[in-house]
Amino acid sequence: MNFMASKQPENFLLGPESDSQRTLYPYVTGTSVVALKYKDGILMAADMGGSYGSTLRYKNVERMKPIGKHSLLGASGEISDFQEILRYLDDLILYDNMWDDGNSLGPKEVHNYLTRLMYNRRNKFNPLWNSLVLGGVKKGEKYLGTVSMIGVNFEDNHVATGFGNHLARPILRQEWHENLSFEDGVKLLEKCMRVLLYRDRSAINKLQIAKITEEGVTISQPYSLKTYWEFSAFANPAQGAVGTW
Amino acid sequence: MDLNMNVNAPHSMGTTIIGVTYNGGVVLGADSRTSTGMYVANRASEKITQLTDNVYVCRSGSAADSQLVSDYVRYFLHQHTIQLGQPATVKVAANLIRLLSYNNKNMLQTGLIVGGWDKYEGGKIYGIPLGGTLVEQPFTIGGSGSSYLYGFFDQAWKEGMTKDEAEQLVVKAVSLAIARDGASGGVVRTVIINSEGVTRNFYPGDKLQLWHDELEPQNSLLDILNAPSPEPMNI
Repeated sequence: MNFMASKQPENFLLGPESDSQRTLYPYVTGTSVVALKYKDGILMAADMGGSYGSTLRYKNVERMKPIGKHSLLGASGEISDFQEILRYLDDLILYDNMWDDGNSLGPKEVHNYLTRLMYNRRNKFNPLWNSLVLGGVKKGEKYLGTVSMIGVNFEDNHVATGFGNHLARPILRQEWHENLSFEDGVKLLEKCMRVLLYRDRSAINKLQIAKITEEGVTISQPYSLKTYWEFSAFANPAQGAVGTW
Repeated sequence: MDLNMNVNAPHSMGTTIIGVTYNGGVVLGADSRTSTGMYVANRASEKITQLTDNVYVCRSGSAADSQLVSDYVRYFLHQHTIQLGQPATVKVAANLIRLLSYNNKNMLQTGLIVGGWDKYEGGKIYGIPLGGTLVEQPFTIGGSGSSYLYGFFDQAWKEGMTKDEAEQLVVKAVSLAIARDGASGGVVRTVIINSEGVTRNFYPGDKLQLWHDELEPQNSLLDILNAPSPEPMNI
């Protein structure tokens, strides 16, 4: 009888290479993160879902975390890799604090560190399976950047990961402008998150919005968005076209 | 009927495992079926494994992988307890499991639920699925049988249950999963951990509540055939 390898699918490592590690597929994943610059700093939004394939398995996952005094990190993709990145950043910030020299790593520096981290892992064919959004304010300067799992990085006035790239960025391109107020920024993010809720299968209706300003980081309590279903065409899809599917 | 049953397939615990907190501690529950392909290699396995006096782990997935991870973590925790001078916390146990699961994610195929009680945080449950994510939750389910329980728990779970309510919920849930998951079966085992200590319970398959389309077990057809006919009515 054949002894079959336990779990590995066909495209996995061949025999002799099985010592070297490589992440080939994610297990527990988070979906889009959306962020924008506004008058006082950065606003970032992400839902609290951790999907396990098509199952919406975990509904209380915090996908945005403060980093040091000046930065906020949001992540989509494999949650275990995000947790590992937080550990790396913890070490980095601790090391920075131990210098006790009055300086502290700003968002630009943290973004650079993450870029190197992600790109070097990609080169070893063992990526951290995440798309990261790093936002912050230091000495009045606002910073918002993103890094993907293959090390592609850039900064912009508004960024998004995953489905957000396709659904949220067009909205942001149209409606973002300099010096958004807090209220307008939140409303714009909520508009994006609502569209994602309608159209992204892995989105759940429980999200947090985080704000980072010169003063520091605030992450909101989890909350849900109202959704609209009262279009008459929704109630009677076949009205204008009897017999339609 | 497949005569070439793969009895050399890796032992896998199809499994239903559950961990639930209540006001005062935790209840861990599991079925007892270990399968090798289609054959049930062990119908009375013990899937809730002790790590320390106050921390236990529910194992699912590959039997070998979950046993090894448990053994290593039990070993590390033993040393840690000696060095620390007091019982290890549930969080430490869970993080050790996470470390092994995450760093060997390409080779391991095991989902674990760590549950226990310590004097700092009380009863805590940590889920560590495939990939090595660590998630602390008020309750969690795992294993192949858990697919059938998401809806059940969404409806039946309440905050602040008593010990008995929590245990009954767990037994009911494992029993429901066994009813529908071919990879789960056998008996329901529970382990209750609180400040007073650890209680292990055992619910054999024939003592569980019957669900839809299940019949009361009989000794033999003959008992049914020879059953007395109903009494004629007296009007």
